[in-house]
Amino acid sequence: MQHHQSKLETVLRALALTLVVLFFMFPIFWILLMSLQTNETILRVPPSVVFEPTLANYKGIITGRLETSAASLEINFLGNLWNSIFLSVTSVTLALVLGVPAAYAFARLKFKGSEDIAFTLLSFRFAPPLLVLLPLTLYFQQMGLADTYIGLIWVYQLICLPLILWIVRGYFEDISPDIENAYRIAGHSWFATFRKIALPLAGPGIAAAGLLAFIFAWNNFIFALVLASADKQPVTVGALAFITASGIQYGQIAAAVIMSITPTLALALYAQKYLVEGLSLGAVKG
Amino acid sequence: MSQALLNIENVDKIYGTAASGIYAVKGLSMAVQRGEIVSLLGSSGCGKTSTLRMIAGFEDITNGQISIAGKAINNLAPVKRNVAMAFEGYSLYPPLTIGDNIAFALKATKLSAADVKTKVAEIAEMLEISDILDSYPSSVSGGQQQRASLGRALIRDADLHLLDEPMGQLEPQLRALLRGRIKHYIREKGLTAILVTHDQAEANALSDRIAVMEDGYLQQFESPLVLKNQPANLFTGTFIGEPPMNVFNASVTQDSDQVRFQLDENVSLNYNISEFTESVIQAAIKHESIVIGVRPYAVKRSNNGVNVTVLVNQWLGDQTHIAAELAGQSIVLVEHDRAFDKTGETISVQLTPDSLHLFDRHSGAAISHGTVMA
Repeated sequence: MQHHQSKLETVLRALALTLVVLFFMFPIFWILLMSLQTNETILRVPPSVVFEPTLANYKGIITGRLETSAASLEINFLGNLWNSIFLSVTSVTLALVLGVPAAYAFARLKFKGSEDIAFTLLSFRFAPPLLVLLPLTLYFQQMGLADTYIGLIWVYQLICLPLILWIVRGYFEDISPDIENAYRIAGHSWFATFRKIALPLAGPGIAAAGLLAFIFAWNNFIFALVLASADKQPVTVGALAFITASGIQYGQIAAAVIMSITPTLALALYAQKYLVEGLSLGAVKG
Repeated sequence: MSQALLNIENVDKIYGTAASGIYAVKGLSMAVQRGEIVSLLGSSGCGKTSTLRMIAGFEDITNGQISIAGKAINNLAPVKRNVAMAFEGYSLYPPLTIGDNIAFALKATKLSAADVKTKVAEIAEMLEISDILDSYPSSVSGGQQQRASLGRALIRDADLHLLDEPMGQLEPQLRALLRGRIKHYIREKGLTAILVTHDQAEANALSDRIAVMEDGYLQQFESPLVLKNQPANLFTGTFIGEPPMNVFNASVTQDSDQVRFQLDENVSLNYNISEFTESVIQAAIKHESIVIGVRPYAVKRSNNGVNVTVLVNQWLGDQTHIAAELAGQSIVLVEHDRAFDKTGETISVQLTPDSLHLFDRHSGAAISHGTVMA
């Protein structure tokens, strides 16, 4: 029997969806509006949605000169943006190179202590970052890794590696080992089987895990704040520069936020199907 | 006899640690000759699939040795064993079409594309899957996937073909058709095949010899005919044959010229001594407590046999199965004509001495077999 929606049901459904979308999209929409206004129009009382849009905030960020009502100062937000991209991409790449084979091993081989090792790796995700950071800072200073990209990428593995390991492991476990066995017995090596069968079949999961890891790495604040100085810091930390002596530059902050969420937003929109699949499948099976 | 192609010597398979693990296979020894078709037959968990997977190399061999063509393969990767396998779960590669799935088994052979195509077409025709070669595994039925998986194994030119429940998903008519074709194909190409099945009809139809397994142990490894007529023990006797062999606990005594099998206080089967050889009688008496087995096909009506009470009368379309009660136990007889005995009626049946299988009740080992062919 087919279920037909009544008119009322359709209307209610549309209303509910609209409310949900408004609820979640409103902050982004509001920030977009803010980014097109000057500090004066943002702060006027009462607030209004009627204003004359300006691109001055974006211009300031791109040219690196922050014009405030009191003075003009240099900022390097584009440098921060580049740092974010570089740190996130290299961290995720490294985590994929290390994590995917490890996930395969955890999925296929049950050896003594394998669950313990896997769980230890996962526990990195729920240890409070501050707890790790203080001793880490001391070690990094002694080892010369403080304020280096390598040091940061290494620490970012705490974010990326467990995520990738556990999601991708679930995907590998979903693939029947006999599909690989059939390939192996037909005259292919273990490594060829991993490359030609296991990797492509787990592809969506690997993509989802990579995307998630990218978003988490991109949003990280505390590691870079403590372990890196200005020229290595990503956008999350860089945004602090807008809190100036002459006040908080809301317009520029909004423009910076828009610029920094655009890459992750675009990625997430592009791959939302993978993301949902990867999260539900991987999480349930893990 | 020439050297066996496959030699399994004293193989154990233990999952988990030796102390607390689960024994899947215990002390298995068997040899398969080149060109033979052998079935591993048994119920779920009897160790047949573990055995197959050890031969293929997907399970470690805990103890013992397996060799193919005289070469020990215990530590050889699957790729180096030169065996082909059809998996129970089909295990087709989802991104490839059915045709490509079958063809990729030939990749390593360096055949020309045209030759591969010819071979795939030939095997697809045999398995009735020519029309789905361009379809993807997810869009065809389980039975079609199973045939594709079977094709992928049979198309290869390997020393040994391992087929795990190769026809479990097929409908009965197709199964019967393919049994014949596959057997012909294996013979024609001179392949050696080991198939795992729990379907007796399939094992009987396809195999030269059947290895009956139970609880990790090999019970008997013989031709279908010998398994049926000379089961080595009670397990094989009752496992092989459909409907199963009738069995009765009995104690044996001999007085003057009669051998008496006492089924309970009231019922006994009496035979003239001359019906049995002296050694059989001695053996049976020595065991004291025995089990008598009679195949349902060997139970005949007679005017002066033992009386049994009909419990159920089933007409299966080409034969009648009558279940009746004898000495508190059930006895089944099969007749080729339609019978009309009703529940509760008494009929007289005869258990001829040459149809009796005698087993020791404690060990289950066979003592003697009647000469009536099942």
